[in-house]
Amino acid sequence: MTTVIYAVLILGALAVVFGAVLAFAAKKFAVEKDPRQEAIAEILPGANCGGCGFAGCSAYADAIVTSGARTNACVPGGNATAGKIAEIMGVQAEETERCVAQVKCSGTTGHMKKKLIYSGIPDCNAAMQLGGGSGANGCPYGCLGYGSCVKACPFDAIYLKDGIAHVDHEKCKGCMTCASVCPKGIIIKVPYAADITVACSSKDPGRVLRNYCDLGCLACHICEKICEYDAIRVIDGRAVIDYTKCVSCGKCATKCPRKLIRDARLNLENEE
Amino acid sequence: MSFTGILSIALGAILVENFILVQFLGICPFMGVSRKMDTALGMGIAVIFVMALASIFCYLVNLILVPLHLEFLQTLAFVLIIASLVQFVEMFLQKAIPSLYEALGIYLPLITTNCAVLGVVLLNVQKNYSFIESVVYGITGGIGFLVAIVLFASVRERLEFAEYPKAFEGFPIALVSAGLIALAFMGFSGLRVW
Repeated sequence: MTTVIYAVLILGALAVVFGAVLAFAAKKFAVEKDPRQEAIAEILPGANCGGCGFAGCSAYADAIVTSGARTNACVPGGNATAGKIAEIMGVQAEETERCVAQVKCSGTTGHMKKKLIYSGIPDCNAAMQLGGGSGANGCPYGCLGYGSCVKACPFDAIYLKDGIAHVDHEKCKGCMTCASVCPKGIIIKVPYAADITVACSSKDPGRVLRNYCDLGCLACHICEKICEYDAIRVIDGRAVIDYTKCVSCGKCATKCPRKLIRDARLNLENEE
Repeated sequence: MSFTGILSIALGAILVENFILVQFLGICPFMGVSRKMDTALGMGIAVIFVMALASIFCYLVNLILVPLHLEFLQTLAFVLIIASLVQFVEMFLQKAIPSLYEALGIYLPLITTNCAVLGVVLLNVQKNYSFIESVVYGITGGIGFLVAIVLFASVRERLEFAEYPKAFEGFPIALVSAGLIALAFMGFSGLRVW
Protein backbone atom coordinates (compact mmCIF):
# COMPACT_ATOMS: atom_id res chain seq x y z
CA MET A 1 0.00 0.00 0.00
CA THR A 2 2.78 2.40 0.93
CA THR A 3 4.40 1.75 -2.46
CA VAL A 4 1.26 2.90 -4.25
CA ILE A 5 1.07 6.05 -2.17
CA TYR A 6 4.75 6.79 -2.76
CA ALA A 7 4.35 6.17 -6.48
CA VAL A 8 1.40 8.55 -6.71
CA LEU A 9 3.12 11.16 -4.57
CA ILE A 10 6.42 11.06 -6.46
CA LEU A 11 4.92 11.18 -9.93
CA GLY A 12 2.43 13.83 -8.81
CA ALA A 13 5.22 15.94 -7.36
CA LEU A 14 7.29 15.56 -10.53
CA ALA A 15 4.34 16.56 -12.66
CA VAL A 16 3.63 19.63 -10.52
CA VAL A 17 7.28 20.74 -10.60
CA PHE A 18 7.58 20.31 -14.37
CA GLY A 19 4.21 21.94 -14.93
CA ALA A 20 5.30 24.96 -12.89
CA VAL A 21 8.61 25.22 -14.76
CA LEU A 22 6.86 25.02 -18.13
CA ALA A 23 4.26 27.59 -17.11
CA PHE A 24 7.06 29.91 -16.06
CA ALA A 25 8.95 29.28 -19.30
CA ALA A 26 5.84 29.94 -21.38
CA LYS A 27 5.64 33.41 -19.79
CA LYS A 28 9.37 34.07 -19.86
CA PHE A 29 10.03 32.94 -23.43
CA ALA A 30 6.72 34.04 -24.92
CA VAL A 31 7.14 35.23 -28.50
CA GLU A 32 4.67 37.91 -29.39
CA LYS A 33 3.32 37.40 -32.86
CA ASP A 34 1.04 39.60 -34.83
CA PRO A 35 -2.11 37.52 -35.47
CA ARG A 36 -2.25 39.02 -38.97
CA GLN A 37 1.07 37.32 -39.75
CA GLU A 38 -0.34 33.87 -39.07
CA ALA A 39 -3.47 34.68 -41.05
CA ILE A 40 -1.40 35.75 -44.05
CA ALA A 41 0.91 32.74 -43.77
CA GLU A 42 -2.17 30.53 -43.95
CA ILE A 43 -3.41 32.19 -47.15
CA LEU A 44 -0.06 31.98 -48.94
CA PRO A 45 0.38 28.86 -51.11
CA GLY A 46 3.17 27.46 -48.91
CA ALA A 47 5.36 26.44 -51.85
CA ASN A 48 8.28 28.49 -50.46
CA CYS A 49 9.29 29.25 -54.05
CA GLY A 50 10.91 32.59 -53.25
CA GLY A 51 9.22 34.34 -56.17
CA CYS A 52 8.27 37.23 -53.87
CA GLY A 53 11.92 37.93 -53.11
CA PHE A 54 11.77 36.65 -49.53
CA ALA A 55 13.20 33.46 -48.05
CA GLY A 56 9.85 31.68 -48.00
CA CYS A 57 6.15 32.08 -47.35
CA SER A 58 6.47 32.73 -43.62
CA ALA A 59 9.32 35.19 -44.19
CA TYR A 60 7.12 37.05 -46.68
CA ALA A 61 4.18 37.10 -44.25
CA ASP A 62 6.54 38.49 -41.63
CA ALA A 63 7.80 41.16 -44.04
CA ILE A 64 4.26 42.29 -44.94
CA VAL A 65 3.31 42.80 -41.32
CA THR A 66 6.55 44.14 -39.87
CA SER A 67 8.22 46.07 -42.67
CA GLY A 68 5.31 46.84 -44.97
CA ALA A 69 6.25 44.69 -47.95
CA ARG A 70 4.00 44.83 -51.02
CA THR A 71 0.83 42.79 -50.71
CA ASN A 72 0.92 41.60 -54.33
CA ALA A 73 4.40 40.08 -54.38
CA CYS A 74 3.18 36.47 -54.24
CA VAL A 75 3.49 35.26 -57.82
CA PRO A 76 1.90 31.79 -57.57
CA GLY A 77 -1.04 33.13 -55.57
CA GLY A 78 -1.76 35.87 -58.09
CA ASN A 79 -4.61 38.32 -57.72
CA ALA A 80 -6.72 36.09 -55.48
CA THR A 81 -4.04 35.88 -52.78
CA ALA A 82 -3.09 39.54 -53.15
CA GLY A 83 -6.74 40.48 -52.59
CA LYS A 84 -7.03 38.39 -49.44
CA ILE A 85 -3.76 39.75 -48.02
CA ALA A 86 -4.87 43.30 -48.73
CA GLU A 87 -8.12 42.56 -46.92
CA ILE A 88 -6.27 41.33 -43.83
CA MET A 89 -3.92 44.32 -43.87
CA GLY A 90 -6.80 46.71 -44.56
CA VAL A 91 -5.30 48.25 -47.69
CA GLN A 92 -6.36 48.55 -51.31
CA ALA A 93 -5.56 45.47 -53.39
CA GLU A 94 -2.93 45.96 -56.09
CA GLU A 95 -3.36 44.15 -59.37
CA THR A 96 -0.76 41.64 -60.47
CA GLU A 97 -0.24 40.50 -64.01
CA ARG A 98 0.16 36.77 -64.40
CA CYS A 99 3.57 35.95 -65.80
CA VAL A 100 5.20 32.73 -66.90
CA ALA A 101 8.76 31.64 -67.54
CA GLN A 102 10.06 31.15 -71.06
CA VAL A 103 13.19 29.31 -72.12
CA LYS A 104 14.78 31.47 -74.80
CA CYS A 105 16.32 28.75 -76.93
CA SER A 106 15.15 26.62 -79.82
CA GLY A 107 18.33 24.60 -80.37
CA THR A 108 16.78 21.15 -80.27
CA THR A 109 18.80 17.97 -80.76
CA GLY A 110 20.08 17.76 -84.32
CA HIS A 111 19.82 21.46 -84.95
CA MET A 112 22.51 22.64 -82.58
CA LYS A 113 26.02 21.24 -82.91
CA LYS A 114 27.73 19.74 -79.87
CA LYS A 115 31.28 20.64 -78.94
CA LEU A 116 31.90 17.46 -77.00
CA ILE A 117 30.10 14.37 -75.74
CA TYR A 118 29.22 14.95 -72.11
CA SER A 119 28.50 11.96 -69.91
CA GLY A 120 29.06 13.38 -66.42
CA ILE A 121 26.55 14.34 -63.74
CA PRO A 122 23.25 15.18 -65.47
CA ASP A 123 23.11 18.74 -64.18
CA CYS A 124 23.55 21.99 -66.11
CA ASN A 125 25.75 23.65 -63.51
CA ALA A 126 28.09 20.66 -63.46
CA ALA A 127 28.17 20.53 -67.27
CA MET A 128 29.12 24.21 -67.37
CA GLN A 129 32.55 23.36 -65.95
CA LEU A 130 33.53 21.78 -69.25
CA GLY A 131 33.92 23.02 -72.78
CA GLY A 132 35.63 26.25 -71.81
CA GLY A 133 32.94 27.15 -69.31
CA SER A 134 29.99 26.86 -71.67
CA GLY A 135 29.19 23.15 -71.54
CA ALA A 136 28.92 20.66 -74.36
CA ASN A 137 26.86 22.97 -76.57
CA GLY A 138 28.25 24.46 -79.73
CA CYS A 139 26.21 27.55 -78.88
CA PRO A 140 27.66 29.42 -75.90
CA TYR A 141 24.22 30.83 -75.07
CA GLY A 142 21.85 27.93 -75.66
CA CYS A 143 20.00 25.55 -73.35
CA LEU A 144 22.21 22.71 -72.09
CA GLY A 145 19.25 20.40 -71.60
CA TYR A 146 20.32 18.66 -68.38
CA GLY A 147 17.31 19.94 -66.52
CA SER A 148 18.62 21.90 -63.52
CA CYS A 149 15.51 24.05 -63.97
CA VAL A 150 13.29 20.95 -64.08
CA LYS A 151 14.62 19.86 -60.67
CA ALA A 152 14.35 23.37 -59.24
CA CYS A 153 10.75 24.00 -60.31
CA PRO A 154 8.47 23.76 -57.26
CA PHE A 155 5.40 23.38 -59.50
CA ASP A 156 6.61 20.65 -61.85
CA ALA A 157 6.03 22.98 -64.78
CA ILE A 158 9.24 22.49 -66.78
CA TYR A 159 10.02 19.44 -68.87
CA LEU A 160 12.77 18.37 -71.25
CA LYS A 161 11.92 17.63 -74.86
CA ASP A 162 14.28 17.20 -77.81
CA GLY A 163 17.26 18.25 -75.71
CA ILE A 164 15.99 21.59 -74.41
CA ALA A 165 13.75 22.73 -71.57
CA HIS A 166 10.12 23.72 -72.18
CA VAL A 167 7.69 25.48 -69.88
CA ASP A 168 4.13 24.29 -69.37
CA HIS A 169 2.27 27.62 -69.33
CA GLU A 170 -0.70 26.28 -67.42
CA LYS A 171 1.38 24.86 -64.57
CA CYS A 172 3.91 27.73 -64.43
CA LYS A 173 3.24 30.28 -61.71
CA GLY A 174 5.99 32.66 -62.75
CA CYS A 175 8.06 32.38 -59.57
CA MET A 176 11.28 32.30 -61.66
CA THR A 177 13.05 29.84 -59.39
CA CYS A 178 14.20 28.18 -62.61
CA ALA A 179 15.86 31.39 -63.83
CA SER A 180 17.95 31.57 -60.67
CA VAL A 181 19.45 28.10 -61.22
CA CYS A 182 19.93 28.36 -65.00
CA PRO A 183 23.69 28.82 -65.56
CA LYS A 184 23.05 30.30 -69.00
CA GLY A 185 20.53 32.84 -67.75
CA ILE A 186 18.21 32.21 -70.69
CA ILE A 187 14.95 31.81 -68.79
CA ILE A 188 13.00 35.07 -68.77
CA LYS A 189 9.67 36.24 -67.46
CA VAL A 190 6.97 36.93 -70.06
CA PRO A 191 3.32 37.86 -69.58
CA TYR A 192 1.01 34.83 -69.57
CA ALA A 193 -1.12 36.59 -72.18
CA ALA A 194 1.80 37.12 -74.57
CA ASP A 195 1.30 35.25 -77.84
CA ILE A 196 4.54 36.23 -79.53
CA THR A 197 7.85 34.97 -78.15
CA VAL A 198 11.43 34.93 -79.40
CA ALA A 199 13.16 31.64 -78.69
CA CYS A 200 16.85 32.49 -78.99
CA SER A 201 19.41 34.13 -76.69
CA SER A 202 22.49 34.12 -78.92
CA LYS A 203 24.45 37.34 -79.00
CA ASP A 204 26.62 36.17 -81.89
CA PRO A 205 26.25 37.72 -85.36
CA GLY A 206 24.58 35.54 -88.00
CA ARG A 207 27.75 34.37 -89.72
CA VAL A 208 29.15 33.02 -86.43
CA LEU A 209 25.84 31.54 -85.35
CA ARG A 210 25.39 29.64 -88.62
CA ASN A 211 28.44 27.53 -87.68
CA TYR A 212 26.70 25.91 -84.73
CA CYS A 213 22.93 26.30 -84.97
CA ASP A 214 20.36 25.89 -87.74
CA LEU A 215 17.63 27.74 -85.91
CA GLY A 216 19.10 30.71 -84.00
CA CYS A 217 18.47 34.40 -84.53
CA LEU A 218 20.59 35.87 -87.34
CA ALA A 219 19.91 39.46 -86.30
CA CYS A 220 18.59 40.13 -89.82
CA HIS A 221 16.34 42.98 -88.57
CA ILE A 222 13.36 41.85 -90.70
CA CYS A 223 11.10 41.69 -87.65
CA GLU A 224 12.22 45.13 -86.57
CA LYS A 225 11.36 46.61 -89.95
CA ILE A 226 8.00 44.93 -90.29
CA CYS A 227 6.72 45.81 -86.81
CA GLU A 228 4.30 48.74 -86.93
CA TYR A 229 4.36 49.29 -83.19
CA ASP A 230 8.11 49.50 -82.58
CA ALA A 231 7.69 46.58 -80.21
CA ILE A 232 10.46 44.29 -81.46
CA ARG A 233 14.09 45.30 -81.71
CA VAL A 234 17.37 43.57 -82.33
CA ILE A 235 19.48 44.15 -79.23
CA ASP A 236 22.87 42.46 -78.72
CA GLY A 237 22.46 40.31 -81.81
CA ARG A 238 19.01 38.86 -81.11
CA ALA A 239 15.40 40.00 -81.35
CA VAL A 240 13.83 41.23 -78.11
CA ILE A 241 10.15 42.00 -77.66
CA ASP A 242 8.89 44.91 -75.59
CA TYR A 243 5.63 43.51 -74.21
CA THR A 244 4.36 46.93 -73.19
CA LYS A 245 4.15 47.82 -76.89
CA CYS A 246 3.43 44.44 -78.52
CA VAL A 247 -0.17 44.00 -79.65
CA SER A 248 0.27 40.38 -80.78
CA CYS A 249 -0.46 41.13 -84.44
CA GLY A 250 1.82 38.25 -85.40
CA LYS A 251 3.43 39.87 -88.44
CA CYS A 252 6.99 39.34 -87.22
CA ALA A 253 6.26 35.65 -86.61
CA THR A 254 5.14 35.14 -90.21
CA LYS A 255 8.16 36.93 -91.68
CA CYS A 256 10.94 35.53 -89.48
CA PRO A 257 13.20 33.55 -91.85
CA ARG A 258 14.27 31.19 -89.04
CA LYS A 259 10.73 30.72 -87.62
CA LEU A 260 11.99 31.36 -84.13
CA ILE A 261 9.57 34.15 -83.42
CA ARG A 262 6.70 31.98 -82.29
CA ASP A 263 3.03 32.81 -82.38
CA ALA A 264 1.30 30.68 -79.74
CA ARG A 265 -2.00 30.93 -81.67
CA LEU A 266 -0.43 29.47 -84.82
CA ASN A 267 1.12 26.61 -82.85
CA LEU A 268 -2.26 25.68 -81.48
CA GLU A 269 -3.72 25.56 -84.98
CA ASN A 270 -0.83 23.45 -86.22
CA GLU A 271 -1.25 20.96 -83.43
CA GLU A 272 -4.90 20.60 -84.19
CA MET B 1 36.25 6.84 -12.30
CA SER B 2 39.23 6.42 -14.57
CA PHE B 3 39.93 8.35 -17.72
CA THR B 4 39.98 5.18 -19.85
CA GLY B 5 36.55 4.27 -18.48
CA ILE B 6 35.14 7.59 -19.71
CA LEU B 7 36.93 7.21 -23.02
CA SER B 8 35.57 3.72 -23.53
CA ILE B 9 32.01 4.91 -22.81
CA ALA B 10 32.46 7.79 -25.28
CA LEU B 11 33.94 5.59 -27.99
CA GLY B 12 31.21 3.03 -27.42
CA ALA B 13 28.41 5.56 -27.70
CA ILE B 14 29.79 7.30 -30.78
CA LEU B 15 31.04 4.37 -32.85
CA VAL B 16 30.66 0.85 -31.47
CA GLU B 17 27.10 1.14 -30.17
CA ASN B 18 26.00 4.09 -32.30
CA PHE B 19 22.37 4.72 -31.43
CA ILE B 20 21.16 4.97 -35.00
CA LEU B 21 23.42 2.76 -37.04
CA VAL B 22 24.01 -0.08 -34.61
CA GLN B 23 21.11 -0.01 -32.12
CA PHE B 24 18.57 1.32 -34.64
CA LEU B 25 17.02 3.82 -32.24
CA GLY B 26 15.75 7.22 -33.38
CA ILE B 27 15.30 6.35 -37.04
CA CYS B 28 12.42 8.82 -37.60
CA PRO B 29 14.46 12.05 -37.46
CA PHE B 30 17.35 10.19 -39.10
CA MET B 31 15.27 9.67 -42.24
CA GLY B 32 13.19 12.83 -41.92
CA VAL B 33 15.71 15.62 -41.37
CA SER B 34 18.67 14.29 -43.32
CA ARG B 35 17.78 15.78 -46.69
CA LYS B 36 20.00 18.82 -46.16
CA MET B 37 23.24 19.22 -44.25
CA ASP B 38 22.12 22.38 -42.38
CA THR B 39 18.97 20.89 -40.88
CA ALA B 40 20.77 17.61 -40.11
CA LEU B 41 23.39 19.55 -38.18
CA GLY B 42 20.70 21.51 -36.29
CA MET B 43 18.82 18.33 -35.44
CA GLY B 44 22.01 16.62 -34.27
CA ILE B 45 22.87 19.52 -31.97
CA ALA B 46 19.32 19.60 -30.60
CA VAL B 47 19.54 15.87 -29.84
CA ILE B 48 22.91 16.25 -28.08
CA PHE B 49 21.40 19.02 -25.98
CA VAL B 50 18.27 17.07 -25.08
CA MET B 51 20.16 13.82 -24.41
CA ALA B 52 22.62 15.55 -22.08
CA LEU B 53 19.87 17.32 -20.14
CA ALA B 54 17.73 14.17 -20.03
CA SER B 55 20.68 12.17 -18.65
CA ILE B 56 21.23 14.73 -15.89
CA PHE B 57 17.61 15.04 -14.81
CA CYS B 58 16.79 11.35 -15.13
CA TYR B 59 19.81 10.48 -13.01
CA LEU B 60 18.63 12.88 -10.29
CA VAL B 61 15.06 11.57 -10.38
CA ASN B 62 16.34 8.01 -10.32
CA LEU B 63 18.10 8.89 -7.05
CA ILE B 64 14.65 9.45 -5.54
CA LEU B 65 13.06 6.40 -7.16
CA VAL B 66 15.60 3.77 -6.08
CA PRO B 67 15.51 4.22 -2.25
CA LEU B 68 11.70 4.08 -2.40
CA HIS B 69 11.81 0.83 -4.45
CA LEU B 70 9.92 2.50 -7.26
CA GLU B 71 12.20 1.28 -10.07
CA PHE B 72 9.14 0.08 -11.98
CA LEU B 73 8.21 3.75 -12.48
CA GLN B 74 11.45 4.56 -14.30
CA THR B 75 10.10 4.42 -17.84
CA LEU B 76 7.04 6.45 -16.91
CA ALA B 77 9.00 9.09 -15.02
CA PHE B 78 11.65 9.35 -17.73
CA VAL B 79 9.07 9.87 -20.43
CA LEU B 80 7.55 12.64 -18.31
CA ILE B 81 10.96 14.27 -17.85
CA ILE B 82 11.89 14.07 -21.54
CA ALA B 83 8.53 15.42 -22.66
CA SER B 84 8.79 18.42 -20.33
CA LEU B 85 12.41 19.00 -21.31
CA VAL B 86 11.62 19.05 -25.02
CA GLN B 87 8.74 21.45 -24.44
CA PHE B 88 11.12 23.68 -22.54
CA VAL B 89 13.82 23.49 -25.23
CA GLU B 90 11.20 24.28 -27.88
CA MET B 91 10.06 27.42 -26.07
CA PHE B 92 13.64 28.46 -25.51
CA LEU B 93 14.60 27.97 -29.17
CA GLN B 94 11.55 29.84 -30.42
CA LYS B 95 12.68 32.83 -28.43
CA ALA B 96 16.45 32.56 -28.79
CA ILE B 97 17.13 30.97 -32.22
CA PRO B 98 13.95 31.30 -34.33
CA SER B 99 15.72 30.21 -37.52
CA LEU B 100 16.75 26.87 -35.98
CA TYR B 101 13.25 26.55 -34.52
CA GLU B 102 11.71 26.90 -37.98
CA ALA B 103 14.26 24.62 -39.60
CA LEU B 104 13.56 21.84 -37.10
CA GLY B 105 9.82 22.35 -37.46
CA ILE B 106 7.86 19.24 -36.57
CA TYR B 107 10.99 17.26 -35.68
CA LEU B 108 11.71 19.11 -32.47
CA PRO B 109 8.45 17.96 -30.83
CA LEU B 110 9.21 14.55 -32.29
CA ILE B 111 12.37 14.34 -30.13
CA THR B 112 9.85 13.84 -27.32
CA THR B 113 8.98 10.42 -28.66
CA ASN B 114 12.47 9.76 -30.00
CA CYS B 115 13.38 6.36 -28.66
CA ALA B 116 17.10 7.23 -28.80
CA VAL B 117 16.62 9.75 -25.98
CA LEU B 118 14.58 7.35 -23.87
CA GLY B 119 17.13 4.68 -24.80
CA VAL B 120 20.01 6.71 -23.37
CA VAL B 121 18.39 7.26 -19.99
CA LEU B 122 17.16 3.67 -19.64
CA LEU B 123 20.58 2.29 -20.63
CA ASN B 124 22.18 4.62 -18.07
CA VAL B 125 20.13 2.89 -15.38
CA GLN B 126 20.64 -0.61 -16.78
CA LYS B 127 24.41 -0.17 -16.91
CA ASN B 128 24.52 1.33 -13.39
CA TYR B 129 26.37 4.41 -14.59
CA SER B 130 27.48 7.06 -12.10
CA PHE B 131 26.44 10.69 -12.55
CA ILE B 132 29.49 11.64 -14.62
CA GLU B 133 29.28 8.44 -16.66
CA SER B 134 25.59 9.09 -17.37
CA VAL B 135 26.26 12.61 -18.58
CA VAL B 136 29.17 11.44 -20.74
CA TYR B 137 27.01 8.67 -22.19
CA GLY B 138 24.23 11.18 -22.89
CA ILE B 139 26.47 13.71 -24.63
CA THR B 140 28.46 11.16 -26.62
CA GLY B 141 25.28 9.30 -27.55
CA GLY B 142 24.08 12.61 -28.99
CA ILE B 143 27.40 13.09 -30.78
CA GLY B 144 26.99 9.59 -32.23
CA PHE B 145 23.56 10.65 -33.51
CA LEU B 146 25.08 13.83 -34.97
CA VAL B 147 27.88 11.88 -36.70
CA ALA B 148 25.42 9.39 -38.18
CA ILE B 149 22.91 11.98 -39.40
CA VAL B 150 25.59 14.28 -40.86
CA LEU B 151 27.26 11.37 -42.67
CA PHE B 152 23.88 10.31 -44.01
CA ALA B 153 22.92 13.85 -45.05
CA SER B 154 26.15 14.24 -47.00
CA VAL B 155 25.46 10.94 -48.78
CA ARG B 156 21.90 12.05 -49.58
CA GLU B 157 23.07 15.40 -50.93
CA ARG B 158 25.26 13.50 -53.38
CA LEU B 159 22.45 11.12 -54.23
CA GLU B 160 20.52 14.11 -55.59
CA PHE B 161 22.85 14.16 -58.57
CA ALA B 162 23.21 10.42 -59.03
CA GLU B 163 21.44 8.41 -61.68
CA TYR B 164 19.45 5.45 -60.43
CA PRO B 165 16.34 3.55 -61.53
CA LYS B 166 13.05 5.41 -61.25
CA ALA B 167 11.70 2.89 -58.75
CA PHE B 168 14.45 3.81 -56.27
CA GLU B 169 13.81 7.56 -56.31
CA GLY B 170 13.32 9.26 -52.94
CA PHE B 171 12.98 7.10 -49.86
CA PRO B 172 13.93 3.68 -51.24
CA ILE B 173 17.43 4.77 -52.24
CA ALA B 174 17.77 6.62 -48.91
CA LEU B 175 16.89 3.44 -46.99
CA VAL B 176 19.34 1.39 -49.04
CA SER B 177 22.15 3.87 -48.42
CA ALA B 178 21.28 4.02 -44.70
CA GLY B 179 21.63 0.24 -44.61
CA LEU B 180 25.02 0.43 -46.31
CA ILE B 181 26.26 3.03 -43.80
CA ALA B 182 25.04 0.79 -40.97
CA LEU B 183 26.97 -2.11 -42.51
CA ALA B 184 30.08 0.06 -42.55
CA PHE B 185 29.59 0.80 -38.86
CA MET B 186 29.61 -2.93 -38.12
CA GLY B 187 33.33 -2.64 -38.74
CA PHE B 188 33.64 -0.85 -35.38
CA SER B 189 32.20 -3.74 -33.38
CA GLY B 190 34.87 -5.24 -31.16
CA LEU B 191 36.74 -1.94 -31.00
CA ARG B 192 37.79 -1.48 -27.39
CA VAL B 193 39.76 0.88 -25.19
CA TRP B 194 41.41 -1.73 -23.01
